[in-house]
Amino acid sequence: MATAERARNRVDTRDFLSVDGQLNDEELMIRDNVRTFVSAELLPRVPEWYELGTLDPAVARELGKLGLLGMHLTGYGCAGSSAVAYGVTCLELEAGDSGLRSLVSVQGSLAMFAIWRYGSDEQKNEWLPRMARGEAIGCFGLTESDAGSDPAAMRTVARRDGSDWVLDGTKMWITNGSIAEVAIVWARANEGVHGFVVPTDTPGFSANEVKGKLSLRASVTSELVLDGCRLPADALLPQAQGLGAPLSCLNEARYGIVWGAIGAARSCFESALEYSLGREAFDKPIAAYQLTQAKLAQMVVEVSRGHLLALQLGRLKDAGQIRPEQVSLGKLANVNAALGVAREARTVLGANGITLEYPVMRHANNLESVLTYEGTAEIHKLVVGNAVTGIAAFR
Amino acid sequence: MKSVVCVKRVPDTEARIRIGDDGRSVDPSGVKFILNPYDEFAVEAALKHKEAGEGEVVVLSVGSAESVDVLRTSLALGADEALLLTTTQSAEGLAVAEAIAAELKERKFDLILFGMKAIDDDLQAVGAMVAELLDLPSATVVTEFSVEDGKVTAHREIEGGTEVVEVPLPCVLTITKGAYEPRYASLKGIMAAKRKPLTEKEAHLGLSHTIESALEYPPERQAGRIVGEGSDAVPELVRLLREEANVI
Ligand SMILES: Cc1cc2nc3c(=O)[nH]c(=O)nc-3n(C[C@H](O)[C@H](O)[C@H](O)COP(=O)(O)OP(=O)(O)OC[C@H]3O[C@@H](n4cnc5c(N)ncnc54)[C@H](O)[C@@H]3O)c2cc1C
Repeated sequence: MATAERARNRVDTRDFLSVDGQLNDEELMIRDNVRTFVSAELLPRVPEWYELGTLDPAVARELGKLGLLGMHLTGYGCAGSSAVAYGVTCLELEAGDSGLRSLVSVQGSLAMFAIWRYGSDEQKNEWLPRMARGEAIGCFGLTESDAGSDPAAMRTVARRDGSDWVLDGTKMWITNGSIAEVAIVWARANEGVHGFVVPTDTPGFSANEVKGKLSLRASVTSELVLDGCRLPADALLPQAQGLGAPLSCLNEARYGIVWGAIGAARSCFESALEYSLGREAFDKPIAAYQLTQAKLAQMVVEVSRGHLLALQLGRLKDAGQIRPEQVSLGKLANVNAALGVAREARTVLGANGITLEYPVMRHANNLESVLTYEGTAEIHKLVVGNAVTGIAAFR
Repeated sequence: MKSVVCVKRVPDTEARIRIGDDGRSVDPSGVKFILNPYDEFAVEAALKHKEAGEGEVVVLSVGSAESVDVLRTSLALGADEALLLTTTQSAEGLAVAEAIAAELKERKFDLILFGMKAIDDDLQAVGAMVAELLDLPSATVVTEFSVEDGKVTAHREIEGGTEVVEVPLPCVLTITKGAYEPRYASLKGIMAAKRKPLTEKEAHLGLSHTIESALEYPPERQAGRIVGEGSDAVPELVRLLREEANVI
């Protein structure tokens, strides 16, 4: 097999289509830096977090030190990177675990982005630098137990009392909820949906961790309870008018998922490839059988195609030309592709494929959450369908 | 304090190495190249000492145009300025040391740092050669050092212990794993790197006296052998480990 080994060396199994050639030196350096960080510092800890159903919140500071939190935002301690640089970062983080990418997505694209885009100068100065350093973790509360795909059905209310605001209601499925210093909470007021910057030590705010998850276990998911939670007038995000504001934040985070899903898929493919070369059955490596090669080839197709799709969206975003339905297409396509790769990869690993010793089942389970959050696959089909037909079929 | 760190671009430790068609060089196609890991310790040491006081860190490399990579990496980590002495031919250690010494003679540095060795050719010689050529004192295999009153106190790793030596500035140190755990570049560092000065000029290589004539793969691993079972096998196992494998 030594000859096969050397012949294989000519192919970069991580980058079959030479997509790297389309990245500039800076994007490559950022990518390599995150890749090394993930494999040396995070991957050794991920299986344990996954098993325990948690993650060490201190990891936020490590990510902050590298400048990855809110990296694509400008000012307030953020680096102002390109969308592609943010994308390659999401890919490498999710090659580690979807939970890591979720932490970064929620922090940078949901919580920080909401403040950066819709906040007052005071809110930005108070929160963004600390959040960029990972000293303050943020969460983003839009979903409720009875309002997921249809956030307009939300019941959380914001009531004016003098100059104060008082929030009442319950948010559900909120990533980082129990480890957050600050929550961006969306609530209905008389004049429409508003966003609020809520320090989590505000009386009337509490968070309860969701237990028993079988997916995205290396991530904290919580219920947020707002029980007469009283906030000063300046807690309101002044520039956010209506549901369009939180939806624009989701569009940012979704863009990161388009890349991230390919990271999870790549990790599954690499794991399957390596395993198939080492595992012998009927006196040959299983990689030498056509059925296995068909699986591996299909995985290479999916990973390569998804990578190119992500890059195209990144270039559009950097040119300021990206449209929400294009991001929907990317999320729909790449998460589905990644799930397919994960499932096939698992079969290649046989019994070992169901353990935490290999990343495959962990990714496969994680991707079920990724398929659902930030707009379900069905909702993104409706978005793309709406875009091409001009007919909205949401209700 | 002004430091220069001499760094080398080497194949990634994880790369699967293939011998080129000429039979005496590494085929670079498909191989990822990185900043030599020992040089990372040296860069980290220079940055730590810069951060503790005033100073400037210059990184220097002798190599092909591609070595710009590892200089940019060093700039991203926090070095202030980079210098590439370009060459198109591969050269032996002394020839490289002469190129570095010729350049450093022109500029004043307090500290000249190297990694203890480059992981590609394992030579462990260029640092000491540069010291000799510049007529400077040196300490090799340094795990940690401090600078005070114009002199360096360096901890050297020796078999089974540590040796502490004092060397006056300016001096040459070669650094190994120890107190200087390399940092990760920050995103801002990476983005700032492209705006930092990076000069390229031709290297004045010395003459090479040795030529790499052949490279060979290590022998294929032999199959294992079972020498016996239970405690009866122990004496024979010990004998083999001592006499054949030479490991105890
Ligand atoms: C691990 C995890 C983390 C999360 N983190 C956050 C967070 O940080 N912040 C936050 O606000 N939310 C978060 N969410 C919530 C997530 O965004 C919602 O779960 C998602 O929007 C779907 O809502 P739902 O679960 O209520 O499903 P539902 O909306 O009840 O949907 C159930 C099913 O019905 C389908 N469906 C719904 N409407 C239609 C329709 N019109 N046509 C066809 N099919 C339809 C859906 O596609 C889905 O298949 C998280 C969820 C998970 C699992």
